[in-house]
Amino acid sequence: MRHIISILIENEAGALSRVAGLFSARGYNIESLTVAPTEDASLSRITIVTMGSDDVVEQITKQLNKLIDVVKVVDLSEAAHIERELMLVKVRAMGPDRDEMKRLADIFRGRVIDVTDKTYVIELTGDGAKLDSFLESIDRALILETVRTGVSGIGRGERILKV
Amino acid sequence: MQLTGAEILVRCLQEEKVEHVFGYPGGSVLYIYDELFKQDKFKPVLVRHEQAAVHAADAYSRSSSKIGVCMVTSGPGVTNAVTGIATAYMDSVPMVIISGQVPTAYIGQDAFQECDTVGITRPCVKHNFLVKDVKDLALTIKKAFYLAKTGRPGPVLIDVPKDITTHKCEYHYPKTVSLRSYNPVVKGHSGQIKKAAQLLLSAQRPVIYAGGGVILSDASEALTKLARALNFPVTNTLMGLGGYPATDAQNLGMLGMHGTYEANMAMQHCDVLIAVGSRFDDRVIGNPAHFGSVPRKIIHIDIDPSSISKRVKVDVPIVGGVPEVLTELMKQLDAINETPDVKALADWWKQIEAWRGKKSLKYKQGKDVIMPQYVVEKLYEVTKGDAFVTSDVGQHQMWAAQYYKFDKPRRWINSGGLGTMGVGLPYAMGVRFANPKATVACVTGEASIQMCIQELSTAKQFRLPIKIINLNNRYLGMVRQWQEMFHGNRHAESYVDALPDFVKLAEAYGHVGMQITKPADVEGALKEAFTTHKNELVFLDFLTDQTANVYPMVAAGKGLSEMILAEDL
Ligand SMILES: Cc1ncc(C[n+]2csc(CCOP(=O)(O)OP(=O)(O)O)c2C)c(N)n1
Repeated sequence: MRHIISILIENEAGALSRVAGLFSARGYNIESLTVAPTEDASLSRITIVTMGSDDVVEQITKQLNKLIDVVKVVDLSEAAHIERELMLVKVRAMGPDRDEMKRLADIFRGRVIDVTDKTYVIELTGDGAKLDSFLESIDRALILETVRTGVSGIGRGERILKV
Repeated sequence: MQLTGAEILVRCLQEEKVEHVFGYPGGSVLYIYDELFKQDKFKPVLVRHEQAAVHAADAYSRSSSKIGVCMVTSGPGVTNAVTGIATAYMDSVPMVIISGQVPTAYIGQDAFQECDTVGITRPCVKHNFLVKDVKDLALTIKKAFYLAKTGRPGPVLIDVPKDITTHKCEYHYPKTVSLRSYNPVVKGHSGQIKKAAQLLLSAQRPVIYAGGGVILSDASEALTKLARALNFPVTNTLMGLGGYPATDAQNLGMLGMHGTYEANMAMQHCDVLIAVGSRFDDRVIGNPAHFGSVPRKIIHIDIDPSSISKRVKVDVPIVGGVPEVLTELMKQLDAINETPDVKALADWWKQIEAWRGKKSLKYKQGKDVIMPQYVVEKLYEVTKGDAFVTSDVGQHQMWAAQYYKFDKPRRWINSGGLGTMGVGLPYAMGVRFANPKATVACVTGEASIQMCIQELSTAKQFRLPIKIINLNNRYLGMVRQWQEMFHGNRHAESYVDALPDFVKLAEAYGHVGMQITKPADVEGALKEAFTTHKNELVFLDFLTDQTANVYPMVAAGKGLSEMILAEDL
């Protein structure tokens, strides 16, 4: 099962390597990992997407909690939540493809944020599946470069992760 | 008053009532050593290899309730220390390691004797710190001691760049410290404890399975009270020996790979199991699927939530300090005011006695060759069961665990988790520093002892009257045993050739050496060592049977009730 784990961690040097090291040392899988400071500069928030049975995910959250720098851990996927990912795609946009690219970007509610006579950079946010299907719907040969941030997520409604 | 980093560090150690700092100097810790030299509140102990400094500090903690401290220089000092740190980490031993580091401005430049200490040690410490500002030094040291000893204990390392030891700031040692990200649960959940109490009272075939957590948390008394009140059988893990008196009739002995027949059978066939400060290690329960194939209810008390339901699913998890939870459990049992099923318990004890009747630890001592088990039994008699016994890793370790009956906690000091050969002698040193009057024996093998043999020099310098019991079978005995059982008896690199003359070696270091070759001389030699040479280090080299194997044995991957017994062979 796929799980999204959110972590609040002290914004200390090396804190991220403790989390990454834990995953590799214990053989847990990381599908994506994002990290940035929160509104409180002393805290960073990490979002990790991982795959594992319930037992494995239970161990992952316990082991994360054991790290001294970790302040809080929640498994977002346990309840209603929203997940989003940002993708930038550079595509070849020439001749008839040029209009087609613009049209597709619109359909996926993407935006063209950089234009040259031969290329577009398209910005797209959404969950992972939406980004995947955008990539599938354009001709592979026209994709010059993609970059994705990995998933970040937040609980719905009154579900709040804060110290 | 403004103090330098080195002065602050030494003041902080004094505040923590540190008695000894085991270590080895080098470039990056010279200012600190200079400050150690100028004071006399505590003593540095110079070892002969950094690995031994860490092992000694580790045993200092294990054999007392104090915290061992060691100090090493940057680069090779740190890498030499890693084995010791990992050893302590695997057995959850509280310890503080101070390592020198190259000056802040040099970090990351491949400077002379630079290594990424925080990175290298990260997976084998409870936590580590790199001090980047002298103003953080005192608080970091306070945090290190606090983290090392609270919650699930463990080693904590502080990496101190050389320039920090010369920078000055106002000195203030905080009285207390708290971390918002670290709040170990000590008091167990009373609802869960109540469930546990009811389950215990409903048991027909109960077993108490007690591990190293009982020793680390000083819970032996609470455990003994509970076991006696319920008349339940107790088995200790390798790390838990001494947590419940070995000579007590309710004790089934050690369980696991080389556990007694009665302990393993009881563990496998019980209907209610209470695991106390133990973690269902692979060397303890054998194959988890085989163990899980018998229905039983499990109560698990542990300070570390991640130890619970890691290898075995449990029914009543209780996170908390072992003594706190056991005391509360006793209260709840008293409040319920019922007794366990007396008739069922009597039948269970009858069954256990039948298993005991197998006498799974029996062996034959003939006239010609010394049996290693016999040496340990005689050691027990000669020291009246009151010694601190350290061991190395191998067959001798298992025989020491099986035949020396530990009635008190913190008397049996060995590397259970990492299984580090070479710990025996430095462990004995650490024990003696923590317990200056104690009788200390190191049960070792001719291979293990050579891994830290240089410490004979430290032992001489500090007049440590350790008795080294070398069970010399001229083999990496435990390796040979596995080769005999699982690898067609091909002795690939397990014969130890070109052994030194241990008697001369001991004498060269200024100690007493003896070689014992006949069974009839074993007791006399031990008596001589422990009485005539009471105040000296004696190296007793016992030439023992080369074919002896450790039994019973649960082979790797097998179930607890699938033991190989000596009598079956
Ligand atoms: C540092 C280290 N290297 C290798 C091993 C693997 N090992 C386990 S027991 C053993 C043999 C130990 O021989 P000895 O000290 O003579 O003890 P014996 O088994 O003969 O009693 C070895 C090599 C280990 N535990 N530790």
